[in-house]
Amino acid sequence: MLALLLAPALLWLFGLILLPHADLLQLSLRERVAPREYVPSLAQFRAFFDEPLYWHVFLRTAVMSAIATALTLLVAFPIAWTIAKLARGRMSALLFVVCLIPFWVSETVRTLGWMILLRESGVLPALLVKLGITQMPVELLYHDATILVGLVYTSLLFMVVPLVGSLESLDNTLIEAAYDLGAKGGSILREIVIPHAAPGITAGCIVVFMLTLGNYLTPTMLGGKNSQWFTETIYTQFITRFNWEQGAAFGFLLLGLSTAMVWLGLKLSGQRFSDVMRRS
Amino acid sequence: MSALPGTAAAPDLEARGVTKRFAGHQAVDNLSFSVARGSFFSILGPSGCGKTTLLRMIAGFIAPDGGDIQIGGRSMAGVAPNRRPVNMVFQQLALFPMMSVSQNVAFGLARRGVARAERQKRAEDMLGRVGLAGAGNKRVDELSGGQRQRVAIARSMVLEPTLLLLDEPLGALDLKLREHMKIELKQLQAAFGTTFVYITHDQSEALVLSDHVGVMNHGRFEQLGTPQELYYAPATPFVAGFVGANNKLSGKAVSIDGEIVEVLAAEGWTVRARRHGSVAVGAAVEAFVRPEATILGRTAAELPAGQPVHSGEVESLLFDGANSAVLLREEKTRFEFRIALPQTGQFADLKVGARVFFAFDPERAICFSVTPRG
Repeated sequence: MLALLLAPALLWLFGLILLPHADLLQLSLRERVAPREYVPSLAQFRAFFDEPLYWHVFLRTAVMSAIATALTLLVAFPIAWTIAKLARGRMSALLFVVCLIPFWVSETVRTLGWMILLRESGVLPALLVKLGITQMPVELLYHDATILVGLVYTSLLFMVVPLVGSLESLDNTLIEAAYDLGAKGGSILREIVIPHAAPGITAGCIVVFMLTLGNYLTPTMLGGKNSQWFTETIYTQFITRFNWEQGAAFGFLLLGLSTAMVWLGLKLSGQRFSDVMRRS
Repeated sequence: MSALPGTAAAPDLEARGVTKRFAGHQAVDNLSFSVARGSFFSILGPSGCGKTTLLRMIAGFIAPDGGDIQIGGRSMAGVAPNRRPVNMVFQQLALFPMMSVSQNVAFGLARRGVARAERQKRAEDMLGRVGLAGAGNKRVDELSGGQRQRVAIARSMVLEPTLLLLDEPLGALDLKLREHMKIELKQLQAAFGTTFVYITHDQSEALVLSDHVGVMNHGRFEQLGTPQELYYAPATPFVAGFVGANNKLSGKAVSIDGEIVEVLAAEGWTVRARRHGSVAVGAAVEAFVRPEATILGRTAAELPAGQPVHSGEVESLLFDGANSAVLLREEKTRFEFRIALPQTGQFADLKVGARVFFAFDPERAICFSVTPRG
């Protein structure tokens, strides 16, 4: 009975995750010496370290993802606080729906929307000229800031949901008690709210970081040729250059990076993975 | 209540005409009172009487619509809770679960900028004073209910407040522990000498703990006085009915002989009681007779001479050790009446259905003129 219940999950885990990864691992560890002739080799991984462009893009993706995650947390926290603590009943549900609305359209359409707003002949540059802030329409696309805006926008909901969950379970009398004992806003946030919400914050950060690191569409469309996102490099290897071996090796490096970052995040915040997953 | 005569010290808490309205409902209605330094003051009232609102106004969580609250002689108008010389023990205690016991106690000191070593020492001292020496490193959820109670008090007392507010802190405890904590709370208050303002709906807590009690109903104080005054000389029918057990008879005054009113209860039973305030013949009245003011006898001859003798039939026996009572029906009118059983054991063999006689001194029964409601 239990086996039957678990069957879909096991099939999914084995068939769609373990099997392709095993195949990719094997791909990444071989080298083509002649047509249809392969030998085991670490050449793909060596190429990553020998070619500065590759690890430059790799590091840039990691840093930009970390910045996007931090920005998402900063933007999501006040929203989650409003939904969990300030809004009542219908208002709180309404705010949740407002956060959800962007996800009713596909990511492509959403990103194209941003492009309509931000391109040189778009809405926002025209508005800036009209208001006299700039003399000429400026190109707002293809900057790092543009990529970050797009990533934060896409990730917001995945940060808000775990934050609302952990903030809702915070007993309001704890805040009152801290206030009564002489605490001010800042120390209540530092001493009471953040320690209580830590598992939710960590869960949100893990989800957003992983989504951002593995995002392809948003950085590519909003950043154009400047985006230099690692998923794009992987895509190029597989699709443009038919170098599946190199693409597979890059894929594993990305997997290693996200695992390492999650581990580091848990270590730094003193959280346990099982607690965080239970709370999110 | 004014400051006790002879005490020169200014009252620690003084409320003048404090008023608070919530959406068409008068939560606190023009209250004025003062609490003497070092005393234990309780606000007793049923739920919804406005006592929590009053306490939260003293703590500063809500601002009064009118009137002024002074603490230690200083007006608290516009002073935020974190700047008031007042600390509060919350109903659910609100200990910080993310901190150890000593971090909880040192929390307020840290907010005042006391150095780490000094606040550690003061937290340990305070834990020692509430009987929790050495428990500083424990987590809050490792403590028992009574220990948490003491941490909550220590956390507030370490800040040496002028006033400690307690919001029904014993409500969450089981009966046995509640009885124990009642005594402990009284001893702690005596040891610290801090002024305590305690709110409760439990009249026994208020009577046992307090120097003075304000009985609150519909946003007003029905009576302010010592527990003895409330019990033996209630000022209003509400106080008589709320503080301690009482037999209540509603009816009208048939005749008045000096202080003694003859009351004809709606059920047709006639009793005599001392009047409180003016009572006119024919006026609607409520009379109250304490269960322990009544003397029970198997024959009329056992009862004290000169008191009106009533007879009744035992309906049920409420055995509760020292608080045992008998519930009986007056013979003619079937009026239900409660009498405390004496501790001598002379009625230990009383049976349901037995015919008994009872009498009470009309001086110890009290009668109020009431304006019929509705």
